[in-house]
Amino acid sequence: MADETTPVAVPPASTPAAAKPAAKAPEKAKVVAPAFRDYPTIPALQVDAMVESNPYVAAAAHNESVGFPGTLVDGWEQKAVAKMGELLGKYRSLKVYMDACVHCGACTDKCHYFIGTGDPKNMPVARQDLMRSVYRRYYTLPGKLFPKLVGARDMTRDVLDDWFRYYNQCSECRRCSVFCPYGIDTAEVTMAAKEIMHSVGLGHKYVNEIIGKVHKIGNNLGLPGPALENTLEGLEEDVLEDTGAAVKYPLDQHGAEVLLVTPSADFFAEPHVDSLIGYGKVFHAAGISWTLSSKASEAGNFGMFIGNYEQMQKIAMRVREAALELGVKRIVVGECGHAWRVAYAFWNTLTGIGAGANDPFAIQLQKQLDPNYKQPSHICEVTWDLIQAGRLKFNKEANDHRIVTFHDSCNVARGSRMGDYAGGQFDIPRNIIRAVANNYVEMSAGTTREKTFCCGGGGGLLTDELLDLRVKGALPRMEALNEIVQHNGVNFMATICAICKAQFTKVLPYYGFKMSMVGGVHQLVSTAIVLNNEQ
Amino acid sequence: MSLVFAILFYAATLILAGGVAYRIYDYARTPAPLKIPTTPAPTTSGGVAFRMFREVVFFESLFKSNLWIWALGWLFHVGLALVLLRHLRYFTEPVNFIIAFIQPFGMYAGFAMAAGLAGLWARRFLVERIRYISTPSDHLMLALLLGIAVTGLLMKFVMHTDIVAVKTFFLGLMVFEINPLPVHPGLYLHLGMVVLLMIVFPVSKLLHAPGVFFSPTRNQVDNPRETRHLAPWAAKFEAKN
Repeated sequence: MADETTPVAVPPASTPAAAKPAAKAPEKAKVVAPAFRDYPTIPALQVDAMVESNPYVAAAAHNESVGFPGTLVDGWEQKAVAKMGELLGKYRSLKVYMDACVHCGACTDKCHYFIGTGDPKNMPVARQDLMRSVYRRYYTLPGKLFPKLVGARDMTRDVLDDWFRYYNQCSECRRCSVFCPYGIDTAEVTMAAKEIMHSVGLGHKYVNEIIGKVHKIGNNLGLPGPALENTLEGLEEDVLEDTGAAVKYPLDQHGAEVLLVTPSADFFAEPHVDSLIGYGKVFHAAGISWTLSSKASEAGNFGMFIGNYEQMQKIAMRVREAALELGVKRIVVGECGHAWRVAYAFWNTLTGIGAGANDPFAIQLQKQLDPNYKQPSHICEVTWDLIQAGRLKFNKEANDHRIVTFHDSCNVARGSRMGDYAGGQFDIPRNIIRAVANNYVEMSAGTTREKTFCCGGGGGLLTDELLDLRVKGALPRMEALNEIVQHNGVNFMATICAICKAQFTKVLPYYGFKMSMVGGVHQLVSTAIVLNNEQ
Repeated sequence: MSLVFAILFYAATLILAGGVAYRIYDYARTPAPLKIPTTPAPTTSGGVAFRMFREVVFFESLFKSNLWIWALGWLFHVGLALVLLRHLRYFTEPVNFIIAFIQPFGMYAGFAMAAGLAGLWARRFLVERIRYISTPSDHLMLALLLGIAVTGLLMKFVMHTDIVAVKTFFLGLMVFEINPLPVHPGLYLHLGMVVLLMIVFPVSKLLHAPGVFFSPTRNQVDNPRETRHLAPWAAKFEAKN
């Protein structure tokens, strides 16, 4: 069965790299999807298999717009080592994780990029060791005295190049941290490495460009306020035409009860927009007034991907400011994986969106927000609460053409929660799907819930020059999907992450699937929901 | 030799205790600025204590991860724990009844410890992925531990030493008296390696022992929406805003 569906790699049609002048960034590598394995055996090592996978280096303007040096600074070696020292003093995670690893090997077969590429430096421990070797050299006694003995290395250009390559082959999905006996989270190490690289002027173009756009325009896609307004008006017309219901998609509406913050891909990308339509229908059906904000028209927070606390906070502050300006009572986050992690786990720390504060900065906002609701709430929590309260009605048969499965997005699964108990983040989206659709199938147990595999595009890697890596990294998820496609005829993989949706849309065809197989949970809600006007 | 070992043990004890105490202080004073428990995570501190207990006593995450490493690692650690407890009889008079009770188990725990270590070491040669990540120090650490276990077992079962004299030596050290240590090459080797282990402990991967208790992904309560968590260095950013 594997052979029939083995995809033929088609390089993207765009760039004939060889024809371009040599000054251009790295040549576009060939994109090859690995074959499905008959049994999920651990791949044999292929040293340097992904050594050619390099993201584009950020131009000086992009680095400087985010407050980093434009190009690699003089004396970067010492500065990088000093920055590492600073981070070791600021992050207990980094300090403990640099020391605690015993090289037991438990994590070695857990990373989707290792499974898809066989490159040993994509084993989590080896990825960590790229930094740990430097840590040992400069910050431990044995590393200073006997570097060879403990695998310590000087901070050299080769080491830096390896960092740039392989820390940009980590999607910060935290799967390895589930399996580590000390909870060592490679994402923390990757974030620290990225912060160090940025601090010496070696930035990643895609991520820094996006952070620049968020600050300048308000969202990752650079969609200005008027364009946003147009899009939303268009949505209202579409929904009215489709359903006969005058569902509103309001923008900057003062005094609305709910501020919805959602990834900007929801405004125009397919299939993302279908979930945005769904959120609007839910609020409409439940009679909850809500608004989007042009200032905070982006839930995503790429500050996390580069491990930079100040950037992450600056980006998050837009949401606080919008909430204060609009006077909303509740803040709700749309379908976005890392955004939900930032919102759920970090917003209270960064911006005071949450509860339980005793400082003036946070109390200002927490007094305004309605304490009867979790702040912030995930849109799935909102919808599930409404379903349980009997305030939404569904025509489940409308989804009968779909046989649905659910892909747990890594940041939601391992970096956040929904509802009142540990693991609610797994149950609530599934509960919603079962409430709105009749056909639901689970993927195999080792690939779901906290053991879920990243889509392969998270962590700031969702960029075309890394497509080969992204396709390979999707292998374990594609294998699990293929199993239930073959056995159960599954034709729809629901997920609650803008990056997952964009990544799968791009990657599914390489594995012989239709790109329209992926969609949002609220896309299913949207299909089945019965709107008041129709009754 | 008695004097040499006395000095070595005093020095090693100071280094071990001082070094580990410093590490613990260093971990404790370093803030964890963000809530990063690996979820699903306990929502109460009691739950966190229970999670940590399962992690430290049963190696829960390792069990989920890899049964071979778990079995060998757990065998070694439990063996080591029993052996260490058994060795308390060299430092106490009279011997606590619990220590006396585990004495027979402790004897065989030495074999479990050695078997676990041998298995873990074999993996470093036999499994390609583990071979790739192993450094010389990883091998030496296993050699050291295995050396301690084997010399200990040899003295217990093959070439006995005068353990009454050994006990007198250690009880003496505790009150700053130096009594004669039996002349025995196995004993010298055993004690020498123990001294070395004590010295490298605070500067090596053996720090995983205190480290695990400070791992934010395991020791944090999952309640970021309910309580505000702020590190001192991060609080400063709010003044600007």
